[in-house]
Amino acid sequence: MIRLSGVTKSFGRQRVLDGLDLEIPGEKITVILGQSGSGKSVILKHIIGLMKPDSGEIYINSTDITKLNDRELNEVRKQFGMLFQDAALFDSMTVGENVAFPLREHTRLPKKEVRRIVEEKLEQVGLKGATEKMPSELSGGMRKRAGLARAIALDPKIILFDEPITGLDPIMSDAIDNLIIHTQKYTRATCVVITHNIASTFKIAHNIAMLYEGKIVEFGEPDRIRNSPHAFVQRFIRGEASEKDGIY
Amino acid sequence: MVDLKIDMVKIFEYAGRPFLGILEEFGRTVLLFFSAGAWAFRPPFRLRVIFKQMETVGVNSLTVVLITAISSGMVLALQSYYGFRMFGGEGLVGATVALSLTREIGPVFTALMVTGRAGSAMAAEIGTMRVKEQIDALYAMSVNPVQFLVMPRILAGILMLPVLTIVADFIGIMGGYFVGVRLLDINSGIFMARIYEMVKLGDIFNGLIKSACFGLILSAVSCYKGFYTTGGAQGVGRSATQAVVVSTVSIFISDFFLTAVMF
Repeated sequence: MIRLSGVTKSFGRQRVLDGLDLEIPGEKITVILGQSGSGKSVILKHIIGLMKPDSGEIYINSTDITKLNDRELNEVRKQFGMLFQDAALFDSMTVGENVAFPLREHTRLPKKEVRRIVEEKLEQVGLKGATEKMPSELSGGMRKRAGLARAIALDPKIILFDEPITGLDPIMSDAIDNLIIHTQKYTRATCVVITHNIASTFKIAHNIAMLYEGKIVEFGEPDRIRNSPHAFVQRFIRGEASEKDGIY
Repeated sequence: MVDLKIDMVKIFEYAGRPFLGILEEFGRTVLLFFSAGAWAFRPPFRLRVIFKQMETVGVNSLTVVLITAISSGMVLALQSYYGFRMFGGEGLVGATVALSLTREIGPVFTALMVTGRAGSAMAAEIGTMRVKEQIDALYAMSVNPVQFLVMPRILAGILMLPVLTIVADFIGIMGGYFVGVRLLDINSGIFMARIYEMVKLGDIFNGLIKSACFGLILSAVSCYKGFYTTGGAQGVGRSATQAVVVSTVSIFISDFFLTAVMF
């Protein structure tokens, strides 16, 4: 379980997270919805300890990671896998080396076993036979899948997805959505997905958190979000701009 | 009177801002270097990554260093020959070339060539990794990027610059020998004898210490510029340019102080 309590974060004068409270249940897919630039990625980076809040606590299970030093934080991070927006594959390594990277860093498995796991993970994401390819040879969708294979290489308990379908065509977006559902079922991991895509959200989410003005204004199962009385939630679902957005 | 006082404060603030900026950058570079130094003694020890960087900094820079060294040795021989010929001192050409190369030109030119080739590449590579979230990915995978990216490059700089410099010294003297003995008809025995007579082991050794310092400076500066890159592709270009400019200036400034202390 992941719990954020009273998290505040500002960049200069701009307050991005404003006393945010959020409880993400374990072994489920939770989607954090919000406008572009609303601070969704900031939440994800706080959860994995890439950013420290100005105030507030972030609990991973029962550990408040805001109080940990770098070494302790590294230990907590071993429970995580993260798929970055642009996959963040290492350009100088092949796809296979990318997927093998966390295994080589954190296990003492023999080379043969590492190779077996790499091939297994690549097959899971539909990239069988891409081991020797360089990231520059892959399409956007393939990069995301390779990034996911790397994220799940160590069978993490928590998987974070930063805008997994942004920039992909509708068919590839659907394939990635299916992959997220399949991965969660297969690994029983706690998955946190951030996106602004409504169709994708309702397809994959067990729970949805709606981020607005630095706070979670609505949280619950998809039906609860659909029937939310909150004006912004309804506008967001229907994709309606208003004068308040400044681009009406 | 009050207005004048406020203006003076503003003037000092304005004038001091770039200086404070330089001091801050210097301090952060030193901190990054110490952090890399501390990580060098903590497991895991990734020898493959270190050897890879030694190849990039050392082996891959060899061609440009050799071309620069041989040209410098040949030009030095030509220029000093015309000077020494005026008072019949052609025999000193060999010693002049060797001393200039081992004490000064070898370490400095090698460092400048490596800065242009490997330093800019370090800044661009790490900078690209920063803007494409690959450094965040390292943190997310519980791998410290200073230990994984910065430490091997600084170590490679410190270890490989002296190796390149000694090769540059040798090749430069060979270039000087070719011009002096083969083209300008200086007696080969005198050319070599003067080198043995005037070049002390300390000259070569101090030159190598200098080059190790330059290796540290150029790799620390280049890694720093790459590591703190912001602003996408434009930021990467800016980091690579700044890495070369700041490293070059730092090498020249430190060269003066190192020379003053050593020789």
